[in-house]
Amino acid sequence: MTDSIDVVVNGEQRRVARGATLLELLRSLELDPRAVVVEHNRAIVRRPRLGDVTVAPGDAIELVHFVGGG
Amino acid sequence: MTTAVDTIRDTPFVVGGRTFHSRLMVGTGKYRDNETMAGAIEASGAEVVTVAVRRVDLDRSKETGILHHLDPSRLFLLANTAGCFTADDAVRYARLAREAGFNEFVKLEVIGDQETLLPDVQGLLDAARTLVKDGFKVLAYTNEDLVTALRLEDAGCAAVMPLASPIGSGLGLLNPYGIRIIKQRLSVPVVVDAGVGTASDACVTMEQGVDGILMNTALAAARDPVSMAHAMRLAVEAGRTAYLAGRMPKREVAVPSSPLEGMLD
Repeated sequence: MTDSIDVVVNGEQRRVARGATLLELLRSLELDPRAVVVEHNRAIVRRPRLGDVTVAPGDAIELVHFVGGG
Repeated sequence: MTTAVDTIRDTPFVVGGRTFHSRLMVGTGKYRDNETMAGAIEASGAEVVTVAVRRVDLDRSKETGILHHLDPSRLFLLANTAGCFTADDAVRYARLAREAGFNEFVKLEVIGDQETLLPDVQGLLDAARTLVKDGFKVLAYTNEDLVTALRLEDAGCAAVMPLASPIGSGLGLLNPYGIRIIKQRLSVPVVVDAGVGTASDACVTMEQGVDGILMNTALAAARDPVSMAHAMRLAVEAGRTAYLAGRMPKREVAVPSSPLEGMLD
């Protein structure tokens, strides 16, 4: 049992601490939780719940924001 | 700016229960830099600006986020589902956009063809129905086909957005008849989206009686986007006012403007 696990963030494999929450994942990526929307295994996780959801090995996480578009 | 003449009073421009001051909506893509974009939005007088939903760049090689260049207290952010080729993808993007917390409006695009970026009508209708049921105010990007526009209205869309010509083409208004008949038959606002290339295109489009225009590339790809944005603002106002004023009938023969009486022998 290692102390880190592999998850897929925005299509890229990343190692995170076992038991990390989505909020901790954002912090480790230096992302402001107010500036991104988080999708965890295809389900949107609202901001107030980011600290409650723990990531598991193989989870797919999408972090999106607004960019220029028409 | 005040004018010395009293022009015809316009009806309010209301979409999905919200009243907007400008009939010109602008996109935020493809600008050479954010300062130019901000200047163009300002010069356009637009209140509604579109944005796209994309992944955050995790290695920070480039800063793609746009929100700190757009003041949400002055601008109405309209998220799009650009780049989506299926109804499921479009619904997914719309839900992510709503979660960002600005509003429940979405500019729905479901694209059916990579080269022309023309809409997938079936996917568009499916996604529109799902999103309306989910509480969204849907502004649906579509082609200039009346029957599709009617179906989108039936599906509960807040506005229908037929194209002037393909996205980013700058070809102008290719089917004025199609746009006019859509406007005549629909009760919800009709906002022409895509294809306008220069000010005269915007003016002619507004002269068809549509409620507004959304454009992006015409500004972003102009040599001077800020000046073009100003020109577009004037063109939209000119076209709208000309529509309200009611143009003279066309005739195939000349009719003199000066009196025939009083000519010298």
